[in-house]
Amino acid sequence: MHALCGENGAGKSTLMKILYGMQKPDEGTITVDGTEVAFSSPADAIARGIGMVHQHFMLADNLTVLENVALGSEKLYGIGGRARAKIREISDAYGLGVRPDALVEELGVADRQRVEILKVLYRGARTLILDEPTAVLVPQEVDALFDNLRELKSEGLTVLFISHKLGEVLSVADEITVIRRGTTVGTADPRSTTARQLAELMVGSELPTPGARESTVTDEPALAVSGLRLTATDSDGVVREVLDGIDFTIHEGEVLGIAGVEGNGQAELVEAVMGMRTPDSGTVVLGGRDISHVPTRTRRESGIGYIPEDRHRHGLLLEAPLWENRILGHVTETPNSRRGLIDARAARLDTERIVEEYDVRTPGIEVTAASLSGGNQQKLIVGREMSHHPKLLIAAHPTRGVDVGAQAQIWDQISEARREGLAVLLISADLDELIGLSDTLRVMYRGRLVADADPATITPEELGSAMTGASSGHLDHEAVGASAPEGGEEG
Amino acid sequence: MNKLTARIDKERLLLALAAPVLAVVAALVVTALVILATGKNPFEAFNDMLSYGSASDSQIYILNKATTYYLAGVAVAVGFRMNLFNIGVDGQYRIAAFFAAVVGGALHLPGPLQIIVVILVAMVVGAMWSGIAGILKTSRGVSEVISTIMLNSIATAVIAYLLQPDKLGQLDDAGTLVSTKSLPKSSWFFTFNAGPAGELWGFIVIAALVGVAYWFVLGRTRFGFDLRAVGRSESAAEASGVGVKKMVVTSMVISGAVAGLVGMPTLLNDSHAFSNDFPLGVGFTGIAIALLGRNNPVGIAIASLLWGYLERTTGHLELIGYDKEILGVIQGVIVLCVVIAYELVRRFGLRRQQQRVGAELAAQAAATATDEKLEVAR
Repeated sequence: MHALCGENGAGKSTLMKILYGMQKPDEGTITVDGTEVAFSSPADAIARGIGMVHQHFMLADNLTVLENVALGSEKLYGIGGRARAKIREISDAYGLGVRPDALVEELGVADRQRVEILKVLYRGARTLILDEPTAVLVPQEVDALFDNLRELKSEGLTVLFISHKLGEVLSVADEITVIRRGTTVGTADPRSTTARQLAELMVGSELPTPGARESTVTDEPALAVSGLRLTATDSDGVVREVLDGIDFTIHEGEVLGIAGVEGNGQAELVEAVMGMRTPDSGTVVLGGRDISHVPTRTRRESGIGYIPEDRHRHGLLLEAPLWENRILGHVTETPNSRRGLIDARAARLDTERIVEEYDVRTPGIEVTAASLSGGNQQKLIVGREMSHHPKLLIAAHPTRGVDVGAQAQIWDQISEARREGLAVLLISADLDELIGLSDTLRVMYRGRLVADADPATITPEELGSAMTGASSGHLDHEAVGASAPEGGEEG
Repeated sequence: MNKLTARIDKERLLLALAAPVLAVVAALVVTALVILATGKNPFEAFNDMLSYGSASDSQIYILNKATTYYLAGVAVAVGFRMNLFNIGVDGQYRIAAFFAAVVGGALHLPGPLQIIVVILVAMVVGAMWSGIAGILKTSRGVSEVISTIMLNSIATAVIAYLLQPDKLGQLDDAGTLVSTKSLPKSSWFFTFNAGPAGELWGFIVIAALVGVAYWFVLGRTRFGFDLRAVGRSESAAEASGVGVKKMVVTSMVISGAVAGLVGMPTLLNDSHAFSNDFPLGVGFTGIAIALLGRNNPVGIAIASLLWGYLERTTGHLELIGYDKEILGVIQGVIVLCVVIAYELVRRFGLRRQQQRVGAELAAQAAATATDEKLEVAR
């Protein structure tokens, strides 16, 4: 099992695309089992026994597992009983526990991932490439995945594993390759390397330490949400409660972290606070002003900064130059416009400043946002939102898909602004990030805030179990595992 | 750094010009092949087009045609800039011109005032007609492509119904043409007298003003920024605080108001009444022109001049024995080539930019590598 680590934009994905035949190399060779090969399409790679499990699953929700697996390779084992038998055989051989006749839409994230792995094995892959497979999993699921991967390894398969999470890489890999800015900067032996050394190899310099920090929480409420309830009609026409009974207050200088498996209402909560969705009931009060019924623009103007979960969909105009992206979301504020007119000169100047201050790596501000790497796009967004001195920052997965260097930088900026009285609503799937940054932790499960925890004592495992709905109430370090009564404050 | 941004800009400009030039050249080649296939000499044809097109009366004709086309192009481009495909410019301008002609024929106000009223009526009617599509889209999710096409047919039917001798129309003396009551002479728009070459329509001034307004509103105002943001990414625009639904209706209304102007050069400068031989299909020409002109105010002007030029010169080709369908071939091929060429150039430009960013960063990295080592040592 070989792991590949590197900063974002280091070239990991490009390398993977080349190995899987999605892109052609300019020079260099690829050797599989001692023979030199040249792939011109993924089909060639599959023929050579290389399979890829993408970060974003490529499954048709409305089909069964069997249909999804057979799709595109009907010639191998047909689409009926033979295929079903083969799926069972593979599933049993590697302990994947996949049921061929289940509908994919009924499966959880971890099961879907196993279907993806099975899909690859079904096509006869001997080498598996997994692109950030743990990004969407909770800790328990990650362990299960690693068990599956070890199983594969023991059957003689090769696994190539890409990850940002150094702890995982160290625990599971037999050998680690670190790449930076498109070249291999080193290999490491997981038995004799620490996460810190690995991280330093990745960024190429010593890491800043998060460090011990004193609490900056004040008594002044910045955002108070109460009784928030939101319903949505799903594709079957059934009205579901997406959010229910959401109550929380964030004080100035406080970071409130919301933990939860994705799809439990976090995105909807953010959109409700931003004014992009209209809740059925409940109030949102920002700095003493009721903003429950004002449009998104007014909310932004009154001091909400927003680092969206999906920066391509909600944070950037990919085909617009950087300086226009700097205007996005703050078009009515200085320096972007004056008396209804865009002040392109001032906006450009300020973009130069952001690029400088937030270390956005770009040759200029006239290039399109699409040509920057993910981490640099995120730094631009953070810089833009911070430039307007928000009272409340909504940070949804602020370091997702961001390399270690940029990650530390973004954390620093959030901590610093917090010291100056910023309130932060932090939503993240990265439990270390949540625990490390938050002053208060809440767990969201099926649209409700079911548990709270003290970030000073809680461990990722304990948080993880609450995220799956296994425990609720106040999570205490000792009491975890057992289900505490709803809202109970046992100590 | 400055040098680099300047270079990117220059290259971007080059790329922006490459697509339309490529398209026109490709269209000429294809047309030449088509003429060859009909057994005639293409160079003779091109030669005739060149000499006939440069005659002064041709130039006046081309400018007058282009005035109408320019307005149609801008009307379509407003929608394009926010990813709305307003196919209904055609119906919008016709129904607008019709009602403007009816109002103009019925009123007897002092000249300038009456002109303003006629123009306003046209803009309001056009805006209302396209606004229907906008409201349908935001309230019921009806694609504007479908609704505007249907509204075109409805406009045709409404006009046909009302333009009857016993309703709002009247039969001319020859008994062949039904038209609305003529506008009084005092409310005709001014023209520039170009002597024997003919008269240049004064409405070209309004068209130019519309172009300037289009450039200013879209490029320089907050509203324009919001509109373009919606066009580039609806979700990002919504998150940034743009009311997307309101923006859809607003831009449809603006597009329709400009569409209302399309019939005005003909009405106020030429026909002075809406008859059943009022120009048809200009809205569709506007789509081609907006595409060719890249939604750019200057580009649209060049495209509409080109369109006028082609119409004028190929019309003359017929007199010297070529087929008049050549016009359709050239225009069709240009539009096809434009679409293909833009996509090719866009992809090429994007890749090139990404490569350049990568190369630049690698160079920066090499330059800072020594600093980094120092930092580590510290």
